[in-house]
Amino acid sequence: MGFMDRTARSLLLSELVSGMALTLRYFFRPKVTINYPYEKGPLSPRFKGEHALRRYPNGEERCIACKLCEAICPAQAITIEAEPREDGSRRTTRYDIDMTKCIYCGLCEEACPVDAIVEGPNFEFSAETREELMYNKEKLLANGDRWEAEIAARLQADAPYR
Amino acid sequence: MADTPAGVEIRTHTMNFGPQHPAAHGVLRLVLEMDGEVVERADPHIGLLHRGTEKLIEYKTYMQAVPYFDRLDYVSPMAQEHAFALATEKLLGIEVPKRGQYIRVLFAEISRILNHLLNLTTYAIDVGAITPALWGFEEREKLMEFHEAASGARLHANYFRPGGVAKDLPAGLTDRIAEWAARFPQFIDDLETLLTENRIWKQRTVDIGVMPLEDALAWGWSGPCLRASGAAWDLRKAQPYDTYAELDFDIPVGRNGDCYDRYLVRVAEMRESLKIIDQCLTRMPDGPVKVQDNKIVPPSRSEMKRSMEALIHHFKLYTEGYHVPAGETYTVVEAPKGEFGVYLVADGTNRPYRCKIRAPGFAHLQAMDRLSKGHMLADAVAIIGSLDIVFGEIDR
Repeated sequence: MGFMDRTARSLLLSELVSGMALTLRYFFRPKVTINYPYEKGPLSPRFKGEHALRRYPNGEERCIACKLCEAICPAQAITIEAEPREDGSRRTTRYDIDMTKCIYCGLCEEACPVDAIVEGPNFEFSAETREELMYNKEKLLANGDRWEAEIAARLQADAPYR
Repeated sequence: MADTPAGVEIRTHTMNFGPQHPAAHGVLRLVLEMDGEVVERADPHIGLLHRGTEKLIEYKTYMQAVPYFDRLDYVSPMAQEHAFALATEKLLGIEVPKRGQYIRVLFAEISRILNHLLNLTTYAIDVGAITPALWGFEEREKLMEFHEAASGARLHANYFRPGGVAKDLPAGLTDRIAEWAARFPQFIDDLETLLTENRIWKQRTVDIGVMPLEDALAWGWSGPCLRASGAAWDLRKAQPYDTYAELDFDIPVGRNGDCYDRYLVRVAEMRESLKIIDQCLTRMPDGPVKVQDNKIVPPSRSEMKRSMEALIHHFKLYTEGYHVPAGETYTVVEAPKGEFGVYLVADGTNRPYRCKIRAPGFAHLQAMDRLSKGHMLADAVAIIGSLDIVFGEIDR
């Protein structure tokens, strides 16, 4: 009986037909692909994307040049130079991130005691040349200004877990 | 001209398979000696993705070393972090709180499903079936979203830390995982409808690359490949870590050790992983997710901004890191690909003295010659697919 059954199944291509039928059923299901540049997948508040340097609401930059991010960075992508400003406060004179070295581990954001350096929600910062990925302080602060609303909302949402 | 000897007939010829061949799974360069279309000798050349991870780790603090483990087997990042975290915890002599252990087991099993989905579907592509990959990647995408919701990255998570996990799961994530887990068995059934009984799939995999149990053990195999050869050896059962001892699951075992059995074992393992995920979700207690010792784990941010002592701990941990007492350990986890081990030697400083990584893929790849000898060229592709090779961990 088993032999008959097997032979019949084999001759009738049963497993191929059932596979094809399944494919046909999937064919008529709603599509799951998204139209990427116009539609995007969901991102959680924890997403580790492009870096940004934030400012206080009064416009003063947050970074105090404590260099914790430089120390913890496993890829040694961050370079900081600092000296006291005219008003005596300690600020960076240079804050560079080599985005080609960065591994997006998020340790800089964890280390920062004043929430200055953050990894924002932006993941679309590809560039045509390598030089464009060597971020300096102006670029990072500009990122911070551009993304501040999103970054603040994300930090707020994730605050209970940090 | 009459003096020259008659042309010497060379029967075999040598052929390069990879490193850019799409079926070479990364940067495998396989030098094949062919007799017509039959493989006489397969010689894997490795090292094209060597980054010196083990040496780099010697120059990093324990906290900085964790992200390096994501980049070994980049298909199942959290499983590798798990091994390093367990090794460091063993040397430190600490135990992770229960919730942290459950989260780690939950994500280790999600990693296993992620890994098997990628392996099985790309293996099917290598053998000629494209549809499973198109469907499998949809499921992978859902899992990646969980991954990203917990760790902030889709692949390079940096989530398991010595002492627990980086952050607690965000609210609502466990419900989303439970909802997904309820529907995933249907997907495995669909995948099996396409492949398991399919005659083309079976013609390409049954009795291809047979590895008897004794040989599999002699070649140092582990994980699903070893289980497909018939050994019920699973480190989650044999030497349970974290909460695996409390969880109920079975070890799927194959009988023939061929490519088809390796496929079947992986499919069955996905179902077992699902069982573990369900149990983790129902049993996960509340409480801390990492040890409450600020000499090892940084204090919470709110505390750090309030308390001077916490701020000092924060600065100490992010610059110097913690010192691990001198000692050595070989700690293994059942990574999706097999036994992933970390041999960690600490000399009492804040950096590992030595960190040897035992990658399962390396042991599987070395048997390539043994497996593919006498098979056709196209079967070598099926064998590579069934071994689940990822070069990040082989070359390290």
